[in-house]
Amino acid sequence: MAQLTEIRWHGRGGQGVVTAGQLLAETALGTGQYFQAFPDYGPERMGAPIRAFTRLSDEPINIHSQIEEPDVVLVLDPTLLGTVPVTEGLVEDGVLVVNSSQSPDDVREVTGFRTGKVFAVDASHIAIEEMGREITNTPMLGAFVAATGLIEMEALTEELRAWFTGKISEEAIQANLRALKRAADEVQEG
Amino acid sequence: MSKLEALTGNAAVANAMRQINPDVVAAYPITPQTSTVQTFSEFVADGLVDTEFVTVESEHSAMSACVGASAAGARVMTATSANGLALMWEIVYIAASNRCPIVMSLVNRALSAPINIHCDHSDVMGMRDSGWIILMSENGQEAYDSMVQAVRIGEHPDVLLPVAVCQDGFITSHALERVELLEDEEVQDFIGTYAPQWSLLDLDNPKTYGPLDFYDYYYEHKRQQVEAMENAHGVIAEIADEFGKKFGRSYGYLEEYRMDDADVVVVAANSTAGTARTAVDDLRDEGLKVGLLKLRVFRPFPAKELAEALSSAEAIAVLDRSISFGSMDNSGPLFTELAAALALQGVNVPIADYVYGLGGRDIAPGEIERVYRETLEMAETGESRGVTYLGVRE
Repeated sequence: MAQLTEIRWHGRGGQGVVTAGQLLAETALGTGQYFQAFPDYGPERMGAPIRAFTRLSDEPINIHSQIEEPDVVLVLDPTLLGTVPVTEGLVEDGVLVVNSSQSPDDVREVTGFRTGKVFAVDASHIAIEEMGREITNTPMLGAFVAATGLIEMEALTEELRAWFTGKISEEAIQANLRALKRAADEVQEG
Repeated sequence: MSKLEALTGNAAVANAMRQINPDVVAAYPITPQTSTVQTFSEFVADGLVDTEFVTVESEHSAMSACVGASAAGARVMTATSANGLALMWEIVYIAASNRCPIVMSLVNRALSAPINIHCDHSDVMGMRDSGWIILMSENGQEAYDSMVQAVRIGEHPDVLLPVAVCQDGFITSHALERVELLEDEEVQDFIGTYAPQWSLLDLDNPKTYGPLDFYDYYYEHKRQQVEAMENAHGVIAEIADEFGKKFGRSYGYLEEYRMDDADVVVVAANSTAGTARTAVDDLRDEGLKVGLLKLRVFRPFPAKELAEALSSAEAIAVLDRSISFGSMDNSGPLFTELAAALALQGVNVPIADYVYGLGGRDIAPGEIERVYRETLEMAETGESRGVTYLGVRE
């Protein structure tokens, strides 16, 4: 893994953006990596665009500034494309992972991100099919793992199970795990 | 054996409070309070602590209840932030003057107006003359470790002063990072049992706290506070040393980073010290001889240690996350105090102040690199500069 990877999450209040960042941090902890996870605090309302940030590294992280030039951007809500500048500051060889029913080429068209790598997965569709609700954080974590390889799927699966145990039913945990795996399998690179 | 966890700075501090298991925690449970108190209230509800947890109707009442409980001989803690501290104001002084060894977690955030919930150091700088010991923390780990040490420092018979443990609002208080927690027993062994010398509940030896005290003795009591603060200086080092030997994480008044052959040095506190370390590494890669001095103890101000550490620098820049309005050059409090300390210690080095990050305005490594480059120029000219407001639109 690179020395330090900076990740920015885009979503809407209620989609589990902050939880996704926390899950990633917990997974990193379990695999001996260093991490920071912090949301962008402002007025928090259901449905409003929100951002969260994660840093991952093999070494202790000293820096405590905001992430202005992320290496990876994840977009949990397809309606944010074209409304929020999701690729702002994304480094040239960066990775963009988007919840979209469109192809990666179409995502490049909409976002204007011509370099780096673009991944698209219909996480909303997967979430509704598997969990009955459009909560896209777990499928997008699956897509993140497939797109970047920054953490192990097995470690993430274990962490996700541990995180949800006692919070939601076993049935709901299984649905989340299916969504996680499906998104990892179905994500398209272009 | 310690345990690694992913915790926010607030949760790290709440866990320190759980492990310390104080007799009384009195706190205001609503904004501007931090999630530390919420997390601690869960520990109370889960029966993990024996603490008498008093939720009060204002921060003024929170500190008042702390003073009462402390005078009664209890081990007392609280937490606050920003305007909450401002509302405590009157009792903050009374806590110190009554020599109550209360430990307070203080998440540093901007004071109103306009309303702002984000980080700066205006809140803690307002209490700098109040008689509290003030420790600064770069991250949640340091805040956690200092909370544990603070109990011992404050309760030391030669000190008996309240201690505030600071960390940066949101930047570390709400950021999830890796924190190494000590075992509960290790914390308990380290802090020991509190044996108050001057308990109000010691009915065989009646005491009075805070009576009328005019021109006959008030001044002597203030002089005794000075002595306590002087004693705190040595006690802080002793306890940090013991903590370091037991648990492997070392603390002092200051932390020097790549200062051995540094031509210029930046002085910073709290989370910005971490970001500055990144800037130092980048500039060192370019071959520039730059170093960082992180201030951990703000009260008592370690003037001699600072002067000694900075005596061989060719130029110094101070990063101040607050403004002392109307002070010399409208600079930050850290700058004016450090400049005075250096002058009195005979360290004649060009110095400049950089106010930054008010109301949570971000400070990136690039901006700190700019500070270093300008300070290198200052080393060439040999002339001190006034204040620069970094990252502001003018």
